[in-house]
Amino acid sequence: MSLTRRVAVLKGGRSLERAVSLRSGAHVQDALLRLGHEVVAVDAGPALVPELLELEPDLAFIALHGRDGEDGTVQSLLDAIGLAYTGSGPAACMRCTNKALAKYMMREAGIPTAPFHPLAELSIKELGAAAATARIQDSIGFPLVVKPAIGGSALGVKFARTEEELPGALVGAFSYDRTVVIERYLRGRDLAVSVIDGAREGEQPRRPLALPVVEAVPREEEFYDYESRYQIGMTTFVCPAELPPETTARAQGLAVEVYELLGCRGVARVDLMLERDTGELWVLETNVVPGMTETSLLPQAADAAGITFEELVERVLESATAR
Amino acid sequence: MELSGSGGGDGRGTRATAHELARYEALFAARTRGMKSSAMREMMALTERPDVISLAGGLPDTSTFPPELYSRLMAKVAADSTARALQYGPTEGMAATVDCIVEVMAAEGTRVEPSEVIVTTGGQQVLDLVCKTLIDPGDVIVAEAPTYPGAVPTFSAYQADVEQVEIDADGMPIDALESTLDRLSAQGRRPKFIYTVPNFQNPGGVTMSLARRRRLIALARERELLILEDNPYGLLRYEGEPLPTLYSLDAEAVGRGGTSDLVIYLGTFSKILSPGLRLGWSVAPRPVLEKLNLGKQGADLCSSSVTQMFVAAYFAERAADGGPEWRRYVEELRALYRTRRDVMLAALEEHFVGDATWTRPQGGLFIWATLDERIDTTDLLALARKTESVAFVPGRAAFVDGRSGASSMRLNFAGVPEERIREGVRRIGRAMREQLGLLGSLTGTSAKARPPVAAPASEKATERMADVVALPRRGEQPAARRQRDR
Repeated sequence: MSLTRRVAVLKGGRSLERAVSLRSGAHVQDALLRLGHEVVAVDAGPALVPELLELEPDLAFIALHGRDGEDGTVQSLLDAIGLAYTGSGPAACMRCTNKALAKYMMREAGIPTAPFHPLAELSIKELGAAAATARIQDSIGFPLVVKPAIGGSALGVKFARTEEELPGALVGAFSYDRTVVIERYLRGRDLAVSVIDGAREGEQPRRPLALPVVEAVPREEEFYDYESRYQIGMTTFVCPAELPPETTARAQGLAVEVYELLGCRGVARVDLMLERDTGELWVLETNVVPGMTETSLLPQAADAAGITFEELVERVLESATAR
Repeated sequence: MELSGSGGGDGRGTRATAHELARYEALFAARTRGMKSSAMREMMALTERPDVISLAGGLPDTSTFPPELYSRLMAKVAADSTARALQYGPTEGMAATVDCIVEVMAAEGTRVEPSEVIVTTGGQQVLDLVCKTLIDPGDVIVAEAPTYPGAVPTFSAYQADVEQVEIDADGMPIDALESTLDRLSAQGRRPKFIYTVPNFQNPGGVTMSLARRRRLIALARERELLILEDNPYGLLRYEGEPLPTLYSLDAEAVGRGGTSDLVIYLGTFSKILSPGLRLGWSVAPRPVLEKLNLGKQGADLCSSSVTQMFVAAYFAERAADGGPEWRRYVEELRALYRTRRDVMLAALEEHFVGDATWTRPQGGLFIWATLDERIDTTDLLALARKTESVAFVPGRAAFVDGRSGASSMRLNFAGVPEERIREGVRRIGRAMREQLGLLGSLTGTSAKARPPVAAPASEKATERMADVVALPRRGEQPAARRQRDR
């Protein structure tokens, strides 16, 4: 029943995750070709919109990570030119990609998320916000993590173990975004739950479907920084994660809740932390355009659920037309 | 295990991804674990755009090479030696090219026999072949801190254990080297070789003093240690007296007009002619040379015949004064780069003073600048590429652990025209001041930058040379300058 479509795969772009995006895009292209679709690859540069207008594809497959592709910018543009695309719409993208907004929404909805405070660079310059940092660090406690509010590169994530390290960590994180989130550092097991739409084209609406849990297991016990944590070869992935059944169910349940709360479509990956000392599950963040490379978590999770990469790509593709 | 193809058929039933990954992972050699991608290097790749002023590259300025000479020489090689230029050549290199190498080394006061030379595919291949020849996993290499960023992936790929000795304004301090060797020795370990860039070090910009060169050779002879002397920029000296190569000092120590038996020399045409040729060379003790040759056979059989013949034809060219054209061109490069170095030093004086310190190289391509220790230049690059469209090499790239040197940066002054040097430094300064301003607001303190490299301690009375490094100067108030820069 699969229909041949003319698909523009959007990849690359200017974000720090350009390299990953190019690999995701290439992998998706291969699958689309194998599925019999007509594929055009478009690097999301200054010619993106003119190129799409000229190419007139049936739909766009968004394989862009980070800035533009994940923060709703490209989605809004595609809405404006009337081109269907895969995955979440602009509002969901903005809610997921802005960690401060996502965390506020989760907190209000009663979904466990680490204690946090956002801090804007401008408020330090213009509102004397530096005077608030003492209160913030007291309420959160050390060690803490400073993350750029928007942006998925591991480079921007900074640790502070002591008060002395906080200014440097803030300045470092501000280099990637003008707003940061200061958050309690959670020690434990890194889990990821990918969620895909439950209903397929033409079916009755159903709740989204959580795929098997993936655990990222670092090769070394303690990490100096996040960068090494995500370095290829420094981490091995276990899927399905070896967890008690109730923990798996809880993680999957939380992921589906977050997916619905933030209004995701098609596919998303929810990252969680299983805290070592308390055994609590915390939701870290939601990625609206999860990696699609050979080593990415979503394809691994789909694989564990018996969904081939082609099937996964086809399902994501359907989210574009079901809209 | 089936690795080829995608499984064929209609594609619908292909099992890929996770399983495929596990299949490949199981096949990868242990050494590939040392071949790490890094987010920082990926970010560096993003700065290679025409709208970005990049002071990051290791590039010489190839735009100065006369196009008509280039096309005439290429035409000559093509017409006179079609068959040979298109053919494989000897692994050790073509005799005519080796003669050119002997000539280049003589210009630096180093006498070598053609039979001691191997032509390589860039100087980088020497690093690879030397590691291939000498390094088993876990073997120790002693290098400088900071060290040539391009050596880091090579050393890592061979799973070497790299000990970095912090340099000062006179290069690698031999006392510190001795302590490192003693510490290793206490663990029953000795380095396979000591890696140094003695002239206008990449990235530090400093030069090893003559006294230290002598001590290094004496130490190497006393302890029977090999030295890998990486000398790409020796002829690009803009001031001061040329210093003898480690190779020639060792040969002298051997005596009887002999050749060095402990120094593996690395040279390249990349900086005095063109990196696009991909031609470098090594001069090494015979047993090492033989292994390098065998290693090269496995790597690429031989370096490009076309570019080797181009070099030979180029070295036969005479300038208007009857002297060798290549010497004239190196002179031209020296004049050009000297001016650019001075432009960059002046720009640093204008835009960095009070907030950073930097080295004052006597030659080469690079300046090493060190900022407030709370600034991580990898983050600064993230900010600067975004808001200022400017790039440099973060200091961490020069450290094997990927963490040290975080507040330093390498700036290339050779590959960029003067106006872009000025503008690039101005932009980096502006981004740096933005971070410093923020730090000031958060801590209520002003900037403190350590010296880019320490002044040499009075290790030995004879080693006192204080002319290499520009120490921090407290000039204008940063606040006043910040206003002017807006």
